[in-house]
Amino acid sequence: MADIRNNFVGIKSPNPFWLASAPPTDKAYNVERAFKAGWGGVVWKTLGEQGPPVVNVNGPRYGAIWGADRRLLGLNNIELITDRDLYTNLIEMKQVKKNWPDRAIVASIMVPCEENAWKAILPLVEETEVDGIELNFGCPHGMSERGMGAAVGQVPEYIEMVVRWCKQYSRMPVITKLTPNITDIRQPARAAKRGGTDAVSLINTISSIVSVDLDSFSPNPSINGKGSHGGYCGPAVKPIALNMVAEIARDPETYGLPISGIGGVTTWRDAAEFLALGAGNVQVCTAAMTYGFKIVEEMITGLSAWMDTKGHRTLDDITGRAVQNVTDWQYLNLNYIAKAHIDQDACIKCGRCHIACEDTSHQAITAMVDGVRHFEVKEEDCVGCNLCVNVCPVENCITMEALPAGQLDKRTGRNVDPNYANWTTHPNNPMARQAAE
Amino acid sequence: MERLGSGIEAGRLSSNEYASNFSDLHPRLDKHEALVASDRCYFCYDAPCMTACPTAIDIPMFIRQISTGNPLGSAKTIFDQNILGGMCARVCPTETLCEEVCVRNTAEDRPVEIGKLQRYATDIAMETGRQFFERRAPSGKRIAVVGAGPAGLAAAHRLAVNGHDVTILEAREKSGGLNEYGIATYKAVDDFAQREVDYVTAIGGITIEHGKALGRDFSLSDLTSDYDSVFLGMGLSGVNGLGVDGETLYGVDDAVDFIAALRQSHNKATVPIGRRVVVIGGGMTAIDAAIQAKLLGAEEVTICYRRGKENMNASTWEQDLAASKGVIIRHWLAPKSIIGKDGKVAGIEVEYTAMKDGRLTTTGETGIIAADQIFKAIGQSFQASGLGALQFDKGRIAVDAEGRTSLETVWAGGDCIGRGEDLTVSAVAQGRDAAESINRMLAAGAQPASAVA
Repeated sequence: MADIRNNFVGIKSPNPFWLASAPPTDKAYNVERAFKAGWGGVVWKTLGEQGPPVVNVNGPRYGAIWGADRRLLGLNNIELITDRDLYTNLIEMKQVKKNWPDRAIVASIMVPCEENAWKAILPLVEETEVDGIELNFGCPHGMSERGMGAAVGQVPEYIEMVVRWCKQYSRMPVITKLTPNITDIRQPARAAKRGGTDAVSLINTISSIVSVDLDSFSPNPSINGKGSHGGYCGPAVKPIALNMVAEIARDPETYGLPISGIGGVTTWRDAAEFLALGAGNVQVCTAAMTYGFKIVEEMITGLSAWMDTKGHRTLDDITGRAVQNVTDWQYLNLNYIAKAHIDQDACIKCGRCHIACEDTSHQAITAMVDGVRHFEVKEEDCVGCNLCVNVCPVENCITMEALPAGQLDKRTGRNVDPNYANWTTHPNNPMARQAAE
Repeated sequence: MERLGSGIEAGRLSSNEYASNFSDLHPRLDKHEALVASDRCYFCYDAPCMTACPTAIDIPMFIRQISTGNPLGSAKTIFDQNILGGMCARVCPTETLCEEVCVRNTAEDRPVEIGKLQRYATDIAMETGRQFFERRAPSGKRIAVVGAGPAGLAAAHRLAVNGHDVTILEAREKSGGLNEYGIATYKAVDDFAQREVDYVTAIGGITIEHGKALGRDFSLSDLTSDYDSVFLGMGLSGVNGLGVDGETLYGVDDAVDFIAALRQSHNKATVPIGRRVVVIGGGMTAIDAAIQAKLLGAEEVTICYRRGKENMNASTWEQDLAASKGVIIRHWLAPKSIIGKDGKVAGIEVEYTAMKDGRLTTTGETGIIAADQIFKAIGQSFQASGLGALQFDKGRIAVDAEGRTSLETVWAGGDCIGRGEDLTVSAVAQGRDAAESINRMLAAGAQPASAVA
């Protein structure tokens, strides 16, 4: 049996599945239910400074996009940090940690970008004996208008400064949560590292307008006819999150910095992908908000079963395994040639591969052969683009098959070169020509 | 009347049972159901369903329009090809047309519910009274249409859209043809056939004269001299006989008459039905008669068909529907004679059949099925007079692919011609296409050439 116990910057949990700082972790009632369901840890919903708590809108806070059969693909929210009193949260955190000593509890914090504000709250959190803190530099709505959240996360110097205060005034492990609403995710990650952070977590939500009500012409969620951009999350953001995690994992300046992966984790497979790209664990929110806490069972059993099948014994066997395979486009092997292949037994003859290729790509798939509806790849025209695979409704019906070295590529009329060759040395590359001259 | 009393009697059931038995077979999908069902469509390229539809409705498009919250646009997509899309959604044997070839069958054995989705969209459009077509400028041309059935209505609508003035001459007192008189009651409830006629004729420029029968009240030559063009869309008025002894006994009835009378009766409790009913035939009419006999309270209903299950014209789905209502379908049985007692049907003697050297023969082995009512459903024939020198082919009006007959200004479509399947949807396609052909001819202003010499 695979051992999926997690040790993230010294914070131990029975599995790598944490609930992200969000509505599911706003109070003891929810967190206790999550732990009963099997979650390895939680990042408690973001605490603000002492005093009257923030208020939320009293209308809709969420908007969504859906796929077929109204599967929720993307969720958007305009909720703020916890709107409960600081001490209520602290008392509950302390009690829940006492009740569940084997689970991880991390406190998410967002206070004004002033040294005294951080200095004031850190000891209060430390007193609860939770396992660590997460600095919310990501929230893109509401709080950012007040100079917090993403407003800090978008300025590397502020990140470095606040992380340094936290390390200075607290003995707790510090996880810096990054906003994706930035051009180059490596900059804030490097700043956090310079400040001495123990880890980064990403991504926070993406600034978004999820839809427009076409009767009232108000963005959704609509508050009395007006809308504000919200934070976007859920399965739709996973690709963005994976890329950002990988960028930090393979950046020489941040290489080895522990990462808590967040963004659209819905199944064990998503989690395994984050781990492979360098995450030490994952945080989940939308999937739980869509299906309830029970989904963690599928994640735990699915990850374990896959690890058993593949012979991975611990999470360390997986973490970062794909990082070395993330490279720049210019280093991709241009002598690698693949062609689409359609499994005629699996084909249901919907013709989508044909029309996608015919209308929008390379005219490389038949629709009719000898007067019969038949979809087949014309190797002489196929550039191996993979569009047909992606639009086919039947999994594994269309596959990309690599041509073995030496075999004729019917499109170019040349045999497949066994040697690796990339753009940097390609004769069409003006930079390569200059180098040769 | 007692529920299981012998003979042919009315009122075998309670009023609740009648109401339930003759309610809508497939109630309309609600919005949620329609969205779930429409999500299953793959929007196929050159979709097989579209090719299988005799009217070539752009099915992937109308389903996509439903899924994107545009049911009215969806209805227009349907009506563009088939103005009787509402009835076709109810009565088309989709299991042998669009849904049979749905690619979802390949992987899942469960097609997209095209018929139900079509009904969803067309119902919404018709209930809101939304009309999608405007008449073009008046052409000044007058066209006579004979028969207000599916073919005639489809032709009339397309002609009216093109600015022509249409007069439909209908022999019966109501319009709709088989949609009104020949469809099982539970397939088109709430007077749908009449509502559809109203919807179709709301385009304007269509006058329907009822009680006008070809050969009795007017002849084809009257029409060709009075109108610019004529479309013949008559149905089949003859019913094939069994040709066995006892056929004139009380209790031997034509299934089409039974179905029509049942449709026209406002109170099903007044429709008499036998305790034991035997239906002779293997098509949709046989199934519709048998099921409705059962629904009226017949204790025992048996369909006797002279060939095997695979030869039945009724689809497997229809056969299963009959079986689910308690109808017994027996194959390889031919009627030999009808047995009477006191001038009434008492049973039917049947003889087993078999295929021998590629031909259907009787085996000599016989049996008797007790019955107090027998329905004949072994096909109909085209019987018409007043057509003058119009050319026929195998007992039906001869036409070319556009519906042109042997006479210069006369087109024909529907059951009176020998092309296509004998389905509502085929009749609609033929009426529509003939109208287009007529329109092309009138627009060209050229002297029409006779197509069938």
